[in-house]
Amino acid sequence: MEANRIAIRSRRTKLSDRAFDTFNILFMICLMIVTLYPFLNTLAISFNDAEDSIRGGIYLLPREFTLDNYKYVFRQASIADAIVISILRTVIGTIATVFCSAMVAYTISRQEFVLRKFVTIIFVLTMYFNGGLIPTFLLMRDLGLLNNFWVYILPGLIGVFNLIVIRSFIDGLPEGLIESARIDGAGEFTTFIRIVLPLTIPVLATVSLWTAVWQWNSWFDVFLYNPQSPHLSTLQYELMKILQNSNSAMTSRTPASAFDGPDGGSNFVTPYAVRATMTIVASVPIILVYPFLQKYFVKGMTLGSVKG
Amino acid sequence: MQNHAGPNLSPALTEHDTNKPRGFRLFLKKLSLQRSLVFMSVPFVIWVIIFRYVPIWGWTMAFQDYKPYLTLWEQTWVGLYHFKFLFTDPVFYRIMRNTLAMSIINMVFGFVSAITLALLLNELRNLVFKRVVQTISYLPYFLSWVVAASIVSNALHIDGGIVNEFLMWLKIIDKPVNWLGVGEYFWWVLGVIDVWKNVGWNTIIYLAAITMIDPSLYEAAEMDGAGRLRKMWHITLPGMRTVIVILLIMNIGYLLESGFEAQYLLMNPLNLTHAENIDIFVLRYGINQGNYSLATAAGIFKTVVSFILLFAANNISKRLGEARLF
Repeated sequence: MEANRIAIRSRRTKLSDRAFDTFNILFMICLMIVTLYPFLNTLAISFNDAEDSIRGGIYLLPREFTLDNYKYVFRQASIADAIVISILRTVIGTIATVFCSAMVAYTISRQEFVLRKFVTIIFVLTMYFNGGLIPTFLLMRDLGLLNNFWVYILPGLIGVFNLIVIRSFIDGLPEGLIESARIDGAGEFTTFIRIVLPLTIPVLATVSLWTAVWQWNSWFDVFLYNPQSPHLSTLQYELMKILQNSNSAMTSRTPASAFDGPDGGSNFVTPYAVRATMTIVASVPIILVYPFLQKYFVKGMTLGSVKG
Repeated sequence: MQNHAGPNLSPALTEHDTNKPRGFRLFLKKLSLQRSLVFMSVPFVIWVIIFRYVPIWGWTMAFQDYKPYLTLWEQTWVGLYHFKFLFTDPVFYRIMRNTLAMSIINMVFGFVSAITLALLLNELRNLVFKRVVQTISYLPYFLSWVVAASIVSNALHIDGGIVNEFLMWLKIIDKPVNWLGVGEYFWWVLGVIDVWKNVGWNTIIYLAAITMIDPSLYEAAEMDGAGRLRKMWHITLPGMRTVIVILLIMNIGYLLESGFEAQYLLMNPLNLTHAENIDIFVLRYGINQGNYSLATAAGIFKTVVSFILLFAANNISKRLGEARLF
């Protein structure tokens, strides 16, 4: 009797378990659709004939496939320049940040360094305050960094978070390696370059990825410091300007403001199509790289939450 | 001079002992021995002083009638004038209302969605499927707000945007809604967009907490005949408690930081009344209109209140015997 009742109960639990699993899987599929669909729709519009897109009704696939939108975007001198600046700031910014952060992290990992505490504290304190937008803006002005490429690199050179993560990694390296370099007569800088840098590559990879994504996605510093220097504009800022125009007009689908096509009127693009195309161009590097490097991103996150 | 090294050496003698420098001279000697370490770090100390500490000096602007062309000594000091102006300005009240509303909505939506998704992800049995879901749901976090805002305003468009089409197909609405064109909707729309962009990424920390739960708890619950939902409710959720409390404290500290990029990029003349928050106020008064003093005062107000909130939340949590941040 009793055993029978238990059997019935466990069968009922199994049934409810299965119902739960089905619901859960359906929910996850919906989640993936909601996450991906807006992006895929933008992709379809970017490959669809601009004039045809105004009619609406484009979902996952372009209706009248064309590369004209991309041709138009890449022929714009301002956008070609912006791509170069975006790449430059990402590459230079990442190399500079990673190298400088690793160097400072190395010095504050040397137990015998007399300034170790001082350097650590002066960096860590900056986590708890910041001067705010206006004082920072005025500082950049006084330093002559307005309308200057280096305003993308210098202000964010060393992040405290990066410093802590790299330092705790160096602390975990076997002390003997650094000592043996010292016995061989290597100076601190040589030890850092030859021994410590190669050994910290795993954590530097994570820091580089974060910095690169941050650099590539930045637009506010362009907007704040370099709005009068079109030659220093970045891809994100160009897209931001297009977005702002359509926000203030709220008429992003009307053909009235259509541009003339690159071939002198034989085809034409709309602000709506250009915006979709620019959105894809501005996000493609991240989307291409992200799936392969995802584990490094996540590793950085968990490292930070344990040590930070 | 002889070296009298020994246990009963008097302090007076030690100070004159040149072979064993102490105090400041020892420090200088070590410094010159470690000069390569000094060269590797001191330039960056100068960097951090210039770029992080010098702007703090700019806080004085809030107590002056700051004129950019005058030196510090020539500025007129006005005391708390700008703060008084802020607190009597009806515009600032609207800004505060928007800031608080948006950060509370984002916080509630953010917590509920991330905790729920973490619980559900944890219940997925097919690990390959779980990995795929995670990879896709993290993706929007890495896109810039510019890209996200562009994609979202496309999806929310009144004229054929997918959100309107879908809701009309479900017969929830009978004509398209201009989601970004009505002030009253803005906070809620922003809350949903924030979830879309960040929910996947926010689950990471909860999933990490779940892996720390003792598996024997689940076995014991199974023996007692607990089903999936009861195990989630009585074991997994309490297992995330510490992480939830810590994140809650941190979020309360950020209550006045309702974000800037999303609001600024999705703002338009129609939703302006509900979209403007403190950060946009600072930008508008400071950079656009050149009223540096008033904008700095608003910035200081934000920072000081954030600090007080953070400490208060930390303290309350400590009193209640919960986890604390510091």
